[in-house]
Amino acid sequence: MNKTVNQKAWFLILPVLVLVAFSAVIPLMTVVNYSVQDTFGNNQFFWAGLDWFRDLMSSERMWDALGRQIAFSAIILVIQIPLGVFVALNMPKGGFWASFCLILMSLPLLIPWNVVGTIWQIFGRVDIGLLGYTLDSFGIDYNYTQNFYAAWITVVIMDVWHWTSLVALLAYAGLQSIPDAYYQAAKIDQASRWKVFRFIELPKIMGVLMIAILLRFMDSFMIYTEPFVVTGGGPGNSTTFLSIDLVKMALGQFDLGPAAAFSIMYYLVILLISYVFYTVMTNLDKRDGH
Amino acid sequence: MAKITLDNLAHSYLPNPTREDDYALKELNHDWADGEAYALLGSSGCGKSTLLNIISGLLHPSQGRILFNDRDVTMAPTTQRNIAQVFQFPVVYDTMTVRDNLAFPLRNRGADPAYIKERVQQIAQMIGMEDTLGRKARGLTADAKQKISLGRGMVREDVNALLFDEPLTVIDPHMKWELRTQLKSLHHEFGHTMIYVTHDQTEALTFADKVVVMYDGRVVQIGTPQELFERPEHTFVGYFIGSPGMNVLDATVKGDTAVVAGTQISLGKSFGTPGGKVEIGVRPEFTSLRDGNEGLPVTIKRVEDVGRHKIVRADFHGTEINVITAEGENISPDMNRIVFDTAGVNIYADSWRVAPMVA
Repeated sequence: MNKTVNQKAWFLILPVLVLVAFSAVIPLMTVVNYSVQDTFGNNQFFWAGLDWFRDLMSSERMWDALGRQIAFSAIILVIQIPLGVFVALNMPKGGFWASFCLILMSLPLLIPWNVVGTIWQIFGRVDIGLLGYTLDSFGIDYNYTQNFYAAWITVVIMDVWHWTSLVALLAYAGLQSIPDAYYQAAKIDQASRWKVFRFIELPKIMGVLMIAILLRFMDSFMIYTEPFVVTGGGPGNSTTFLSIDLVKMALGQFDLGPAAAFSIMYYLVILLISYVFYTVMTNLDKRDGH
Repeated sequence: MAKITLDNLAHSYLPNPTREDDYALKELNHDWADGEAYALLGSSGCGKSTLLNIISGLLHPSQGRILFNDRDVTMAPTTQRNIAQVFQFPVVYDTMTVRDNLAFPLRNRGADPAYIKERVQQIAQMIGMEDTLGRKARGLTADAKQKISLGRGMVREDVNALLFDEPLTVIDPHMKWELRTQLKSLHHEFGHTMIYVTHDQTEALTFADKVVVMYDGRVVQIGTPQELFERPEHTFVGYFIGSPGMNVLDATVKGDTAVVAGTQISLGKSFGTPGGKVEIGVRPEFTSLRDGNEGLPVTIKRVEDVGRHKIVRADFHGTEINVITAEGENISPDMNRIVFDTAGVNIYADSWRVAPMVA
């Protein structure tokens, strides 16, 4: 049968093109546009080529922020994933207390970011905050505005408090889907508690755990509001993560060109790491299948 | 291997059972003899799985005791009972290889690696999975997974009992026969006490030395396949076993005569005068068609030729009566009467069989 050739059919994909253009391509292209130009105000722009990218590559400030960012994401993943799974394993399986725990754990997830920041900012203050005051009265030197470690610990604990619930809820959902027969068979086989976790529970929640890891990585890598409210990136630059640095650059100093180049690199790094995560996870899955 | 005694056992899923209906498993006393193969037969929800889970310790009974070789294990956890159980749906450890799956129960008990290797090989051969021993269990089909579950159940030689909870539900029909035969030969070889739960009468009758029929949380009859066929103790056993099941008709019985809807039937034996709701039960195998004036007047509705024999469906005052006739036998349109072979007639009072009086 002869196919009819009608070039007008291209118009059928127009809605998709328009949608994608407005949602992704155009905003991204404005950033790309800024990243290759320089301005001295008055809406006058000069071609700068790849200068900003070159500058960025040799910018100690950017590399430091990236280093802090990676350290932060790594630390919260190492804490939140095992802790979330542990919490999920110890939650009641059903009944009133299960609902109670679920609601209790969802609460931190419902609080807006800047409120979380404010809560911890006040909580940790040495003069009026419960945490800060208590630690201080025990003679522990805790001051997140001056002490590097105190600042990091505060920011990490805040994130753990805010987001471990998400991991726990996902893991709990995964655990709930395991049929009773598996646990019964494990009893019959005299499997230890550890083996039940290792060979039944962990494989069954691996899928949701992967999603949890990916979500937590992306979110933590883009964290801005909470540390900004609590420490403002300090003391010094010690909690200046990538997005905080980016905002300083773009809005504080109004360096549009370098900030745009920074944004693009930031975006590519997240894309790259997520891709690596995703590939590793799906390959783990495949290797198990054969 | 052990003798398993159920002493006054009953179970309810409700916290405070008061009426008999509250019990999923009604009071039960029974000895499962050491080394026998039992089938636990009944329709869904009759308490079979409840009973099985009580024996394996996954469930603690509301009342009564359970003894293994006269040792009370009622409150002992599953791990201390040394029981193997295979469930209805396959349970495999996805991330392990088939080999590790089979070895798992032995390793957990700290068996010698050389012995494990040999035993796993033996079991793999039995379930026909020697070629796939090195594969991960995850990617396998449902019936392969169930074979692994069966294998894991059989891998230990020293178990007190082997329990099967409808294990062949997901298996292909031809494989079903093969596996059931394997189980039987395994039973002959090692003499494990085996309890096999099923709702399939063919499975029960071919597998077991003794069949335990359960109905509505109660054990209604324990017997050999032949006893269940010839002398069903309860009308449920009559209905449930046999294809088609037993014909059961309302009747009044006095001495050696029964009256069914105005027609007198001679019973050949005296049954006294049973009270309550009296019924007469005759299997289609003991029922034959006649013409003339003797027997119950019926109208033939349908004849089904099932190959080995014919099943005649006849209508008797609104009640269906089934007759099995030999394949070659001629069924003429004039046949309008049914007679019973007195050897196969049972009388029931309130659904329970009444024993004939010894002359």
